[in-house]
Amino acid sequence: MTHVLDPHALTAETPPRREPPTPFADVTRSESAFRAFLHGLPGVDQVGAQSRVAVLGTRSIKTTSKAWAIDTAISMVDLTTLEGADTPGKVRSLAAKARRPDPTDPGCPPVAAVCVYGDLAGIAKEALAGTGINVAAVATAFPSGRASRAVKLADVRDAVANGADEIDMVIDRGAFLSGRYLDVFDEIVAVKEACGEAHLKVILETGELVTLDAVRRASWLAMLAGGDFIKTSTGKISPAATLPVCLVMMEAVRDFRAATGRQVGVKPAGGIRTTKDAVKHLVLVNETAGPDWLTPDWFRIGASSLLNDLLLQRQKLRTGHYSGPDHVSVD
Amino acid sequence: MIGGERLAVRKTYKLYLGGAFPRSESGRTYEVHDAKGAFLANAARASRKDARDAVVAARGAFPKWSGATAYNRGQVLYRVAEVMEGRHAQFCEEVAAGEGLSAGRARAAVDAAIDRWVWYAGWTDKLAAVLGSANPVAGPYFDFSLPEPTGVVAVLAPQRSSLLGLVSVLAPVLAGGNTAVVVTSRERPLPAVTLGEVLATSDVPGGVVNLLTGDAAELGPWLAEHDDVDAIDLTGAPPERAMEFEREAAGSIKRVLRPPAAEPDWSGDPGLGRMRTFLETKTVWHPKGF
Repeated sequence: MTHVLDPHALTAETPPRREPPTPFADVTRSESAFRAFLHGLPGVDQVGAQSRVAVLGTRSIKTTSKAWAIDTAISMVDLTTLEGADTPGKVRSLAAKARRPDPTDPGCPPVAAVCVYGDLAGIAKEALAGTGINVAAVATAFPSGRASRAVKLADVRDAVANGADEIDMVIDRGAFLSGRYLDVFDEIVAVKEACGEAHLKVILETGELVTLDAVRRASWLAMLAGGDFIKTSTGKISPAATLPVCLVMMEAVRDFRAATGRQVGVKPAGGIRTTKDAVKHLVLVNETAGPDWLTPDWFRIGASSLLNDLLLQRQKLRTGHYSGPDHVSVD
Repeated sequence: MIGGERLAVRKTYKLYLGGAFPRSESGRTYEVHDAKGAFLANAARASRKDARDAVVAARGAFPKWSGATAYNRGQVLYRVAEVMEGRHAQFCEEVAAGEGLSAGRARAAVDAAIDRWVWYAGWTDKLAAVLGSANPVAGPYFDFSLPEPTGVVAVLAPQRSSLLGLVSVLAPVLAGGNTAVVVTSRERPLPAVTLGEVLATSDVPGGVVNLLTGDAAELGPWLAEHDDVDAIDLTGAPPERAMEFEREAAGSIKRVLRPPAAEPDWSGDPGLGRMRTFLETKTVWHPKGF
C-alpha cells in the first residue's frame, strides 16, 4: 500500500524516543515504567478540590482590582471561532475585534491571540500582521483527534505553513483512556517537532477524561512530552473548563516547574462566558501557581462570548451605568 | 399538638426573576405592614444587580414573546386571568390588608383587576387593525404601517393601588409584545408577589415579566440609565425625582411615560394610550404581485 501523505511516518524504523527533562529522563523507557510513573502521581482529593475552588470563588473583587482583572482577562483571551461555517470574512472581522475589542475606548487592550482552523490561519495572519497578536490554529484532526498520525502531522505542518504562531493539538483520548500512554507521548513529541518554531498547546479534553486523577496524569504526560501549554478542552463537548479541573492543572504546572525548572502555561477553554467566571479563574491562578502565571504568556482563556461580557463590564465601570449587548459587536 | 395553638408561618417572599424565585442578590429584606401597621410578611428588597439581572432575563425572553402570534399572546394572557381568578380570595385578603379597604371594596378592586387583564388580553390581536393601516399611495405598490413592540420596558408600578394599578400598567406593556421589569409598590408589594406566583404557574414564558419588590427611588436611576432598557414607565416614581429619571433616560433615547400629577383612580376606562406608548410604528413598502 502506498501512503499519500508521508511514507516515512508509517515505516517500522522509528527514531529513538526523545527523553523527558531531568529528573524524569527515564520514566518513558518502557510502557510499564511510564504507566507506573503516571499512576504513581498523588491522587486528587475531588471533594477537597471542589471545596477549594468554592472558597476561592467567593472572593469579592471590586473597583480598581476589578478594573485590573477585566483588562488582564481581555489581554489573555484567545478569541476563538471554530465553526464549520467559518469564512475568511468572519475571520477578518474577528481579527478586527481582536486588535481593538472596544472601538469606543482606545484604552482597551488587545486580546492575546485569534484561534481558528488551520486553513484560515493564513487569512488571520494577514489580518493581524504587525499587531503582535498571535494566530493560533487547531490541528491534529480537531476536535476528535481520530486520524492516523501521518494525517495529523500533515495537518500541523499545513497550519504552520499558513502562518500559525501557536498550534492547539488534541491528544488521542482513546489511547490515553485505554492505558497506551507511550503512544500519546510519542504523538505529542512528533507534533512538537512538526510545529518547529510555533508554540504547542496540548488539549487534554478533560470532559472525556472523567476523573481529576486522569486530568493530573494527562497534564504530566503532556508536559513531559514537551507541550508549551496544557489546555482543558476543545469547547465542543460539555463539561468543558471547570474550576476543579483548572485547579488540578495549575497544581501540575507549579509542581512541574519546581521539579524541572521549565514553566508550562495553562489555557482553560470552553464554558467561560461571564466576567465573574474569568475573574474566578484569575484568582485560582494567583492562589495556586502564583503571579508568575498571571500574564498572557502563561495563561490564556479560550472563549468567544466571554469577550463581549468583559467589554460590557468594562463599559459599566467606565460610564457608571449598565450597558447592553447592542453596544458591543456581534461576532 | 392536637387542640394546641398553631404556630404562625411567617413568610419571607422572594423576587420573581427570569421565571424563578430568587432571593435578592444583596440578601436584603424588609418588613411589610398592613394599613394599620401590623406585620404582614417580609419581602425581598431588590438591589441594582437584581435589576440588571432582570433586564438580562427580559431581553432574553423578548424574541420569543414578541415573535409569538398576537392570537397566542392573547390566549396566554387570558390564561393568566383564569389563574388569577383561582387566587381570588388570596388577592382580596392582601389588597384589603395592604390598602386598608373593606372586604367588599377589596373584592371590587380584585374583580376590576382581573377584568382589566381580560380586557387587555382581548386587545393583542386587534392592535394591528386599530393602530396599523394600509396607506393610500399613487403607484403599483402597497404601503403598510404596523405596530411593533418597543422592547424591554421598565415599569415603576403605582405605589398606592397594589393590584388594580399594577395590572393597569403591566398588562398593556405585555399585550403589545414587550417584556417587562417591574418595580412594585414599596409599601404594598404582596399582591405583586402573588401575581408573580400566578404568572409562574400560567403559560407566560420565564423572563417576560420580572417583579422586583423594593424601592423605586433606589432602582429607578439604574433602570433609567440602563442602555438595554428601551422604555420606562415612571408612574410609581417619587414625584420629586421623576424629572431626574427622565433626564437619565435621555442618555439612551428611551421612550418615557411621564407620571400623572397624582396617582389616578384606576377604575376608569384605560383607553389605548398605554399600549400605544410602548409600540413603534413600522411602515413598509411592498410591490404588488403580478
